[in-house]
Amino acid sequence: MQAGVITFPGSNCDRDAAVALQQAGAAVTRLWHAETELPRLDLIVLPGGFSYGDYLRCGAIAAKAPIMREVVRAAEAGIAVLGICNGFQLLAEAGLVPGALIANAGLKFVCREVGLDVVSTDSVFTANYDPAKPISIPVAHHDGNYVCDEEELQRLEDEDRIAFRYRDNPNGSVADIAGVFGPGRKVLGLMPHPERAADPATGGTDGAPMFKGLMEALS
Amino acid sequence: MKAKVHVRLKDGVLDPQGAAIGRALGQLGFGGVGEVRQGKLIELDLKATDQAAAKAEVEAMCQKLLANPVIETYSVTIEA
Repeated sequence: MQAGVITFPGSNCDRDAAVALQQAGAAVTRLWHAETELPRLDLIVLPGGFSYGDYLRCGAIAAKAPIMREVVRAAEAGIAVLGICNGFQLLAEAGLVPGALIANAGLKFVCREVGLDVVSTDSVFTANYDPAKPISIPVAHHDGNYVCDEEELQRLEDEDRIAFRYRDNPNGSVADIAGVFGPGRKVLGLMPHPERAADPATGGTDGAPMFKGLMEALS
Repeated sequence: MKAKVHVRLKDGVLDPQGAAIGRALGQLGFGGVGEVRQGKLIELDLKATDQAAAKAEVEAMCQKLLANPVIETYSVTIEA
């Protein structure tokens, strides 16, 4: 699997994402946001961080970066795209997943492990999980409060596009949503950080099945 | 020519910052305050000299970047 990890000014989880992918066996190319072409890739990762200092709205300015035109084109062509935390905000701003992420209902930065239910295993990202087994993955965000209108929520439910739900909602997200798929199920945005739970040395490995699953599905 | 863009959260979208401001006002003794909503004011200096053209350009900026239509509404005022 050829994976590309894009670094925006203010990204800070790009290296962790690259390491988690490499540990799963992927060949990783690091990409800069100002690039206007993508190499041939099976997976594109938009990492966590604080692109452009969260100015205007989280992810809003990065979503207009030159490389994002190519990411949108790749997503439309069926290339898998994973957006983690700031990457999820960016996917929402770019219109690749529905909804938006606003300030946490409690107005505090939340940085801790959260329990998640894997709601849908029907994707290249989640096929390796057992829906009966909740997982534990860290979150670290101030703007992780997922919002969408009722019609969109109904569509997400009807189309089985809710990937993960919080077991104990840390940020006020509608319907406890922690991660959603885009319309073709090949784009996933999630607030929790699977790359921070992919190595026993960092406290947990519940994120590792995502990277292993991607490796199996996309190699 | 100057433009002012007011960006507001749509009705029904939770505004935790507005709610915190409202609570702080209550603690200061301002008992008559109902719901508080916080928005943004963006001021732009424009080279355009035609008011209608300036307005159309700023509207395009709002749709492309300045506002997120999923959660926000905006209004544009052009000043000579």
